[in-house]
Amino acid sequence: MMNRKPVLRVNAKLLIPAILLFALYVQFHGDFGPGGGFQAGVIFASAFILYALIFDVNNARTAMPPWVMRTMLATGVLLYAGVGVAGMMMGGNYLDYSVLAHDPLHGQHWGIFLVELGVGITVAGAMITIFFTFAGQKR
Amino acid sequence: MAVTAFGLIRIRNLFAVAMLFGVFSLVAALLYVIMDAVDVAFTEAAVGAGITTVLMLGTLALTSSVEKTHGPRNLLAMAVVLVTGAGLIYGTLDMPAYGDPDAPIHRHVADRYIGKSGAEVGPPNVVTSVLASYRGYDTLGEVTVIFTAAVGVLILLGRGRGRHTRRRPEDEPELWRGDERRLRDHRETEL
Repeated sequence: MMNRKPVLRVNAKLLIPAILLFALYVQFHGDFGPGGGFQAGVIFASAFILYALIFDVNNARTAMPPWVMRTMLATGVLLYAGVGVAGMMMGGNYLDYSVLAHDPLHGQHWGIFLVELGVGITVAGAMITIFFTFAGQKR
Repeated sequence: MAVTAFGLIRIRNLFAVAMLFGVFSLVAALLYVIMDAVDVAFTEAAVGAGITTVLMLGTLALTSSVEKTHGPRNLLAMAVVLVTGAGLIYGTLDMPAYGDPDAPIHRHVADRYIGKSGAEVGPPNVVTSVLASYRGYDTLGEVTVIFTAAVGVLILLGRGRGRHTRRRPEDEPELWRGDERRLRDHRETEL
């Protein structure tokens, strides 16, 4: 059906890489400007949702198979919690990043980086999962 | 925002309501930008105006797009709403003025976050240091909530996969026991 809408298709194809790139920028630049894992995850997911809206959900499912989404969901939370456990192993409190590297500031930097990455992965996985599950239903 | 809110109440066509929700969120995001809360505005624009609207439209595609008309007006509900609203407005009278440096919220830990987070945590964006480091537990909880929400949607809706959403009644009880492996096998046999 969407074969009849070349404007939408071409624009979506132009926009999707830019959206993905912007999501990565928001993710990794969150320390310096506005943004962070949560926003980046949502933007990342919106690229896939746009793809699913224009090019059919089943094609989007091929690009992002269900097992990948489920792995993403769990990986993010585990990464976040794992950073906390790593801090405990290295002699600090749970979720204390100062001990992760040779000096506290570097440790904090690493901790925040990994934790935000975990947030981003889980949020992106969750949003894509929820949308695909809703869109996969038929009346 | 008030205009969109009244529009939301009056309009019966749910497609228009979903769009108006998006407009409402966008205006809210602009309001946050004016109040210098860029991170919150970012989230509001992405989640409120973007994802939520799409999800609502997805839900509308599954259900009806016109709201059911109501019966006679419920006076008790009206009274409850009015009393609650009056209570909330009365509560705001005691709040400190916007931007008042002596407000309680600015005298507690905010000084330390703003003054020392550069030396203690590092990132120039204080919001990031507060979210990820000072308030790490809270953010971990939020991520867990999102994870749980997605898992809940998967468990409730992720079975039908479009082909037969109307499930056979006899395989309900054993699935409800929450045996994930069986759920997954079941889903794979359906594919």
